[in-house]
Amino acid sequence: MSATTHAHDHSHDHDHGPPKGLMRWVTTTNHKDIGTLYLLFALVMLFVGGGMALVIRAELFEPGIQFVNPDFFNQMTTIHALIMVFGMIMPAFAGFANWMIPMMIGSPDMALPRLNNWSFWLLPFAGTMLLATIFMPGGGPAAGWTLYPPLSLQGGNSFPFTIFSIHLLGVSSIMASINIIVTIMNMRAPGMTLMKMPLFVWTWLITAYLLIGAMPVLAGGVTMLLTDQFFGTSFFLAAGGGDPVLFQHIFWFFGHPEVYIIILPAFGIISQIIPTFSRKPLFGYDSMVYATASIGFLSYIVWAHHMFTVGMPLAGEMFFMLSTMLIAIPTGVKIFNWLSTMWQGSLTFETPMLFAVGFLFMFSIGGFTGLMMAVAPVDFQYHDTYFIVAHFHYVLVPGALFAALGGAYYWLPKWTGHMYDETLGKWHFWLSTIFVNLLFFPQHFLGLAGMPRRIPDYATQFADWNMWSSIGGFGFGLSQLLFVWVVIKCARGGARATDKVWDQPNGLEWTVPSPAPYHTFERAPEVR
Amino acid sequence: MAAHAQDKYYLPHGTNWPILGSIALFTLFIGVSVLLNGSSTGQWPLLAGLLLLVYMMFRWFGQVIGESEGGQYNLQVDRSFRMGMGWFIFSEVMFFAVFFSALFYARQLSLPWLGGQGADVWTNLLIWPGFENEWPSNGPANVGGDFESMPAWGIPALNTAILLSSGVTLTIAHHALKANRRGQVALWLAATFLLGFLFIGLQAYEYAHAFTELNLTLRSGIYGTTFFMLTGFHGLHVTIGAIMLTVIWLRVLRGHFTPDRHFAFEGVAWYWHFVDVVWLGLFIFVYWL
Repeated sequence: MSATTHAHDHSHDHDHGPPKGLMRWVTTTNHKDIGTLYLLFALVMLFVGGGMALVIRAELFEPGIQFVNPDFFNQMTTIHALIMVFGMIMPAFAGFANWMIPMMIGSPDMALPRLNNWSFWLLPFAGTMLLATIFMPGGGPAAGWTLYPPLSLQGGNSFPFTIFSIHLLGVSSIMASINIIVTIMNMRAPGMTLMKMPLFVWTWLITAYLLIGAMPVLAGGVTMLLTDQFFGTSFFLAAGGGDPVLFQHIFWFFGHPEVYIIILPAFGIISQIIPTFSRKPLFGYDSMVYATASIGFLSYIVWAHHMFTVGMPLAGEMFFMLSTMLIAIPTGVKIFNWLSTMWQGSLTFETPMLFAVGFLFMFSIGGFTGLMMAVAPVDFQYHDTYFIVAHFHYVLVPGALFAALGGAYYWLPKWTGHMYDETLGKWHFWLSTIFVNLLFFPQHFLGLAGMPRRIPDYATQFADWNMWSSIGGFGFGLSQLLFVWVVIKCARGGARATDKVWDQPNGLEWTVPSPAPYHTFERAPEVR
Repeated sequence: MAAHAQDKYYLPHGTNWPILGSIALFTLFIGVSVLLNGSSTGQWPLLAGLLLLVYMMFRWFGQVIGESEGGQYNLQVDRSFRMGMGWFIFSEVMFFAVFFSALFYARQLSLPWLGGQGADVWTNLLIWPGFENEWPSNGPANVGGDFESMPAWGIPALNTAILLSSGVTLTIAHHALKANRRGQVALWLAATFLLGFLFIGLQAYEYAHAFTELNLTLRSGIYGTTFFMLTGFHGLHVTIGAIMLTVIWLRVLRGHFTPDRHFAFEGVAWYWHFVDVVWLGLFIFVYWL
């Protein structure tokens, strides 16, 4: 038995091409195939979640109820968020991790290739389950992605489906994270010491640690929701001695690390792009590593800044306010290191660099509004207004999403073997940047003026800025179609990419041919 | 050939098990959801998903065991498995931590607040007048009716002794494996999982006692909630652990493992010690204090 498996494997060793057909993608254990699957899934979900965002923006274009009823509007805000967080941005970064980490550390593949396949192939099923809730009696989840009880327990038949889809997404993330940590700790080429690893690998190592710490907590929390609903437990029922606020603590104990789970890989990508187009090594590599680790640690002790208005003891408000502000220090270290990398560099602004510089500016805006809300007494004013919506969309869209788009342009030539269309790429960047600011900047004003979030209708004094915001929303959404076209064009042809692709890139991934062969580093490279 | 396998990291080419696992979990969860929504048709997808899941695990683990015994895994692969198991257990620690946190939160914060402690005196006077905070509690509304709590110094203390001894027997089995005394391995391993199943049996007896004589159920407010959720999830993990130990025992009987290569044995042992430690936490915080 074992002899036959062996011979079978041996023949594969000489046949380096992938098998053909659909089953290649279903049964694959190759990190590049799985990375591609993750990235394509994320791209599809970008448009699914984006479509929901456009339903929201269409309804908010004018005061009054135009297109959808309020309950459906609430379903859209809820599912849009769940899809974008769990179905789009996390899979996108997991795709980058799959493609790039083994190539960056000189490993033949991920450490646990079969598990890697499962991590991806749970996602389409979980996504289907979540999206199907929209068509169930009573509609999909409509209490917001935070699922606060008792409101979240008042939905229709979709409730258990929503909970189980979150369980599946969690299982997928935990397995992917275990795989990533084990790959990084156990599969590095000789000489690739921890402090020589590219920063993208470092940020993912810490992200994976955050995921393994945070996702089980969310799984536990939503399990409590399920048992409260169906089995008569009293976790979130004051009459039985529980407390609905407990859920908020549990959710945000997961939710705040989750914020950094989303942004740390983005930091990693930016740290790869900026040195290449500045033609200088990354400034302050060591401090970048320590800053990432500090952010990872701090992310576990700041969660209650999401719930300043819930009625916490004063000592709690103080602690969470001050610990939150501490995060500005390592984040500032990162921003200044990127700026110092560019300082006196030979800068060129190809599309990846444009997205990276755009990230620097606009992520910083989101960071500063975050500091504003960290101040507990001030947060009482704009808690649950459009100000918070503007804040987290600034860090997620021109922050995390721009980093993902920049990373896609940066590595597309390595993935496909063709250069992308630089002109279209620049158009994509500028259209996205203009529209994303038109979309989200006015929401700061709306929030400060008192417009609450998650409402389908609003007072007429908010009309003008909402109209601008909606125009920005549709402009931004349509601009992303340009990206799809650039990717398709690049995959089908274009100028041949060299192995190095860029002028002075750094890292092992640029030492292999473009497109990267199906198997890389079967013999470990020597790292000096 | 064997030498070739030893210096190279084993990379499988294609696998059918993950997609089957996804379909199984998808079907299973649809079944459970339909059942929870009050329609008995959910039992069919539940059953189908469960069977498919068991089949998938049987085949996937079977394949990995075959490859392992076939000598295809080098030391680096072995290290990957070890690290993977370690991080998996860490994720389990976090899962239990959230339920323990719910218990501490109820006892240290929400019940004192409901009882009018400190600045929350109005919560008590206006919403729940007359409620006094004491543990065990089923809340100010006496949810689930009067009940008795589970005393620590009966079956739970016995169960503590059983689980702790099972940790000892498992360690003896491990030392015997390292010394290549295979008869002893099988013997002490059997003792370990039998103690595990004995624990589960006593736990089931205790549950029946709680339901029928103490009026203590999941619906008995926050005490019943935390009691059954914590001990229930722990009992589930003991069951899984005992099944894994049984599988390891069967593998030992078949002549698997060598004195220096037995990751599966050690991985299961780590898991068993983990459920042991969780139980100590349960005994102290759920039963005793």
